[in-house]
Amino acid sequence: MVSQAALVAAVLLPATAGVVLCLLGSDGRRPAAVAVAVAVVDLVLAVVVALARPVVSVPFLAGADFALAVDGLAALVLPAVAAVTLFVLVFAGGDIGGATGRFFGLMLLFSAAVTVTVTATTLPTLLVAWEVMGATSYALIGFRWHRPEDVAAGGTAFLTTRLADLGLYAAAAAALAGSAGWALADLPAASGIWLHVAAGGVLVAALGKAAQLPFSFWLSRAMQGPSPVSALLHSAAMVAMGGFLLLRTAPLLAAAGWAAQVAAWAGAVTAVLVGLVAVAQRDLKQLLAASTAAQLGFVVLAAGVSAVAGGTAHLIAHAATKALLFLAAGAWLSALGTRELAALRGVGRRWPLVGGCAGVGAVTLAGVPPLSLWATKDEVLAAARETSLPLYLTGLVGAVLSAAYAAKVLRVVLAPAPVGVQDRYDRQERGTRRVGWAERWPMVPLAGAASVLSVLALPPVGSAVRRVLGDTTSPTADWTSLLLSGVVSVAVVVLVLWRGAPRLGWAVGWLGLEGAAHRVVVGPVLALAQQLARFDDRVVDAGVRAAASSVLAAGRWAARFDDRALDRAVDGTARGGVRLAGVTARVDGAGIDRAVQSIARGARGLGTLARRPQTGQLHQYYAQVVIVLTAAAALAAVSVLFVFGG
Amino acid sequence: MLSVLVFLPLVGAAVLAAARRLPDGVARWTWVGISVADLGIVVGLWIAYRTPPDGGLAFVEQVRWLPSVGSSYHVGVDGLSLPLLALTTVVFAACAVYALAERTRPRTQAALFCFLQTTCLGVFVAQDLILFFLFFDLSIVAMYFVIAGWGHGVTAARSALKFFLYTFFGSLALLVGFIGLYLAADPHTFDIPALIAAAPLQGSGAVGGLVLAAVLVGLAVKTPTFPFHTWLPPAHTDAPAIGSAVLAGVLLKLGTYGFVRIAMPMLPDAWRAWAGVVVAVGVVSVLYGALVALAQSNVKRMIAYTSVNHMGYVVLAVGAAGVVTGTDAAARQVAVSGAVTQMVSHGLITGALFLLAGVLHRRAGSYEFADFGGLAGPAPRFAGFLAVAAFASLGLPGFSGFIAEFQVFTGSIGATGWAALALPGILITAALFLRAIQRLLTGAPGPKSAGFADLRPVELLSAGPLLVLAVVIGIVPRFLLEVIEPAADVVVSLVGR
Repeated sequence: MVSQAALVAAVLLPATAGVVLCLLGSDGRRPAAVAVAVAVVDLVLAVVVALARPVVSVPFLAGADFALAVDGLAALVLPAVAAVTLFVLVFAGGDIGGATGRFFGLMLLFSAAVTVTVTATTLPTLLVAWEVMGATSYALIGFRWHRPEDVAAGGTAFLTTRLADLGLYAAAAAALAGSAGWALADLPAASGIWLHVAAGGVLVAALGKAAQLPFSFWLSRAMQGPSPVSALLHSAAMVAMGGFLLLRTAPLLAAAGWAAQVAAWAGAVTAVLVGLVAVAQRDLKQLLAASTAAQLGFVVLAAGVSAVAGGTAHLIAHAATKALLFLAAGAWLSALGTRELAALRGVGRRWPLVGGCAGVGAVTLAGVPPLSLWATKDEVLAAARETSLPLYLTGLVGAVLSAAYAAKVLRVVLAPAPVGVQDRYDRQERGTRRVGWAERWPMVPLAGAASVLSVLALPPVGSAVRRVLGDTTSPTADWTSLLLSGVVSVAVVVLVLWRGAPRLGWAVGWLGLEGAAHRVVVGPVLALAQQLARFDDRVVDAGVRAAASSVLAAGRWAARFDDRALDRAVDGTARGGVRLAGVTARVDGAGIDRAVQSIARGARGLGTLARRPQTGQLHQYYAQVVIVLTAAAALAAVSVLFVFGG
Repeated sequence: MLSVLVFLPLVGAAVLAAARRLPDGVARWTWVGISVADLGIVVGLWIAYRTPPDGGLAFVEQVRWLPSVGSSYHVGVDGLSLPLLALTTVVFAACAVYALAERTRPRTQAALFCFLQTTCLGVFVAQDLILFFLFFDLSIVAMYFVIAGWGHGVTAARSALKFFLYTFFGSLALLVGFIGLYLAADPHTFDIPALIAAAPLQGSGAVGGLVLAAVLVGLAVKTPTFPFHTWLPPAHTDAPAIGSAVLAGVLLKLGTYGFVRIAMPMLPDAWRAWAGVVVAVGVVSVLYGALVALAQSNVKRMIAYTSVNHMGYVVLAVGAAGVVTGTDAAARQVAVSGAVTQMVSHGLITGALFLLAGVLHRRAGSYEFADFGGLAGPAPRFAGFLAVAAFASLGLPGFSGFIAEFQVFTGSIGATGWAALALPGILITAALFLRAIQRLLTGAPGPKSAGFADLRPVELLSAGPLLVLAVVIGIVPRFLLEVIEPAADVVVSLVGR
C-alpha cells in the first residue's frame, strides 16, 4: 500500500509540480529550487519503489487499465534516470535564465512521463507517456521561441519521432485484432500476422525514439535546444527510452523472429555509420549527439539478441556518461559561447574540475578499462557473437569507432589553449566566461557513476543484475575478450591523441539523412497539400458553386417575384388570373385531344405502378404531410427569427 | 426533465426576443444564466443516469402528437446522446461567456443562440424521426442567421447562403430516407426505437441500399465528409467566433450522431453492405482534410479543414464497425466508442480553437498567418492556450483527442486493415498545427503583432473550461467511457443483426 502510494507519487508529484510551474509562468530562481526539491523526493521514491516493486492500476480504456508496475528492469532503470534527472536539474538551475517556470515545469513533466514509460505494463499507458515525452521534447528544444531555428528543430524532432510512433498505434491495433490484449507482456501471444505487425510497430517506434537509422537526423537538429535538455532528454532519458522499450519487449521481437534480427542489425549498423558521423564532427554537441545514437545502437543490438542484462547495464552506464559530457559541453557553451572543438581546446585547463570530469567521461565513452562502458559493451558483444559472426564484427567496428570519437573529446580536454583561441569564442551565443558552482558539482557524481558502473556487467554484481532481470541465459563476456577490447580501445585512443582523427568530410552532414527526408517525404507532402488545396477550390467546390449560383439566381428571381407580388398584390392576382385564363383557353383550343390522350396514357401507367406497392395512395399523402409540416415549421422559425432580427 | 432541458433556452429566446427595451448588459448575462442553468440540468441528468437495461432509453417522455402519421413527441437519452447533450450545453455556455464582450446587437444574438441551443438539444433527445428532422432543419435556419447577421467579411451573406442551401439540400436527402424507412415499417411509424427494433428494410436488397444512400448523403453533407465539405471553410471563415465554435463543436455532430442513432441500427444489412464505401470515405476525409489544411494560409480555414479530418476519424470508425465478417466484436465496439468519444472531444477542442482564433480577429481583424508572428511575446497566455489547444487537437495523450483517436484507430484497424491507411492523418495534423504555432506564436513579430493584447478574463473563462474538460477526459476518461461503452456495444450488436 505504501509502496503503491510511492509509485503514484513518483508520477503525480513531478507532473503536478510541472503543470503548476508552467501555469504560473514565473522566472527567477524559485522554479529551479522547486524542481530540484521535487527531483530529490523523486529519487527517494524511485529507490523505494525499486525495492518494494509495487503494482498500480486504474481503469482507463475498455480492456486496458492505466497500469504501472516496477519489475526488475524498471527497478534498475528508474533510480538511475531519477538520479540523472536530479543532477541535470541542479546544473540547469545555474545555467538556464529567462522563463525558468516554463523550463523547469516542462522538465518535471518530462520526468513524470519517463517514470510512466519505464513502469508501464500496458500499451495505452506506454503510448501516453511516450508521446508526452515527445511533446515536452518539442517544447524544450524550442524553449527559446524567438529563435525560429530552435522552434523548427523542435518540430523536426517531434514529427520524426511521431512518424515512428505510428508504429505503436499499429501495434496497439494488432494487439486488439490478434486477441492478445493490450498488456505488454501478452503481446507475443498475438495471433497470425498480427504478431508481426505488433513487433514491427514497436520496433519502428523504438528506432525512431532512439534516433537509430534511418531516423537519426532529428537528434542532430535537437542540439539547437538548451544543453540541460540535450543532457537529459537527448541522451540519458528520452532517447534511451527507445532502447529501453526494445529491452522491455525483447520477447516480442524474439517471437516474431525477423524483428529481433532487424533490431540487432539496425543497432549494429547505427553504431558503425553514426559512429563515423560522430568521428567526423567538429562541433562538440553534434559529436555527442551522434555518439548517443551510436551508443544506443549497442542497446538496440542487445535487445535484438535478447541480451537484456548487457543492454540494461549499457543503457544505465551510458546515461551517466553522456549526461556528464553534455553538461560539460553546456557549461563550456554558456561560458565561452562556442561548441566548436577547435575553439574549445584548452578548456580543460581553464576549469580543471569540469575538465577532469569530462576527461573521465570521454575515457569511459572510449571503452577504456576498468570504466563502465568497457564492460557493458562487451557484454552486449558477447551475446552478438553467439548469434552471428558478421553481427559481432560489425559491433566491434562500432566499439573501435567509440574509442575514436571519444578520443576527439579527450584531445580537446587535454590540449593546451592555442594562441588566439579567444577570437573563436562567442560564435554560437554570448559567453559568460564563468562556470558556476551549481553547474560544476553535478558532474562529480556523474563521473563517479560513469567510472564504477562497470560492476553492473561484471561478477558479482553483474550476476545479481542478471537475476533481477531474469536474464540468466544470455552469454557473458569472458576475460580474454574483455582484455582484448580494452587493449584495442586504449590503442585507438592513443592513436587519435597522437595523430588526430580522420576528417571523414562525407559524414559531417549526418549522411544527408535530413535532406533525403525532405526530398522524399516533406517536399512531396507539402506539394501534394498545395495541389489538393487548389483541387478543392477549383474542382470540388467549383461544381458546388455552379449549383449554388444557379440556386442564387433562382433565389433572386423569387425575391423579385415576391416583391412584385407584395407591391401589387391585388393587381398581380387579377393579371395572373387573366393570364391563366388565356393560357387555359390556348391549351384548350390547341392540343386538347392530344393532352387528353397522353393524360390517359400516363394515368394507365401510373395505375400499373400504383398497383404494385399496396400502400401507393397512402404514401403520397403521408409524404405530403411530412413535407408540409416541415415547411410550416421552417416558415414559422424564419418568421420568428425575422421578428428577432427586427 | 429532458423537455425542460430542451425548451428552457427556447423560453429564454422568446423572452430575450420580446424584451426590446432590455439593456444589452442584462441581455448578455441573461444568456449566460440560461446556458449555465441548462448546463446544471445536464450535470444533474448525468449524475442520475444509469445505463438502461437491454439497450433502452433513460428519462423517456412520450406525448401524442401526430398519431395519423405514426409520429409522437418522444424523447429519451442513452449513452450515445447523453455525452452530446453535455457537450452542447458546455459549448453554448462557453459561447455565452465569450459573448459577454459582444457589441453588435447582443440581445438579438443571445435570443438566436438560445433558439439554436434548443434545436441542437432537440436533435440529440429526439426519439422520433419527424421530431429529429424538425430540430435538425431549424438548427440550419438559426445558424444561417448567425453567419449572415454577425459574420464578418464582405462575403458573410454569401457564405451563409451557401451553408444554408447546401445543408438544406442534405436535410432533404435525409427526409427522403426517413420517408423510405417510414413506408417500409409495418405499421408505418416514425418512432426511432420502433424502427430500430423492426429494422424494416432488412433483406430488402437494393431498396435498403437506396434508403441508406439517401440517409448517408444527408448525414455526409452535415458531417461533412469529402466531397461534400466545401460549404464548411467559407462558413467558418465568415462566421463570428461563437458561431464557428457552435458550428464545429455541435452542429457537425448532428451529422455524425445520425450515423450511430439512425443509419447503423435501422439499416444494419445495408450498412454492412456499404461499410467498405463508408470506410473509404472516412480514410479519404482524414487524409484529404489534413493535407488541404496543411496548405492553408488562413487560421480559420485551416481549423475548418481539420474538422473534415477529425470527422473523418468518426466516419472511418463507424464504417469499420460495419465490417462484420471475420472480425472481433471487441474491436468494433472500441471503434464505435472511439467515434462517440471523438465527437465529444472534437467539440471541446475545436470549439476552444475557434474561440481563440476569434481573439485574433478581435485584436487585429485578420486570420492570415502572414499578419502575425512572435505572439508569445506580447500575449503569453494566448500563446499558451493556443499551443495547448493545438496539441490537444493533434491527439496528444493527456487530452481527450488521444482517447478518441486511439480507440478509433485500434478498433478500426482491428476490424479492417484498410483503416491503417488513415494513420498518416495524425502525423499530418501534427505537422500543420506545429506550423501554425510556429508561424503565429514564435519567431519575429508580424505586421499585426504589435500591441496584441493578451487574453481577457472573458476569453480565458470561455476557452479555458473547454480545454480543462479535454484534459479531464484525457486523463480520467472512465466517467465518459462508462456511459458510452454500453451504448457502443448495443450499436455493434444491432449492426451485426
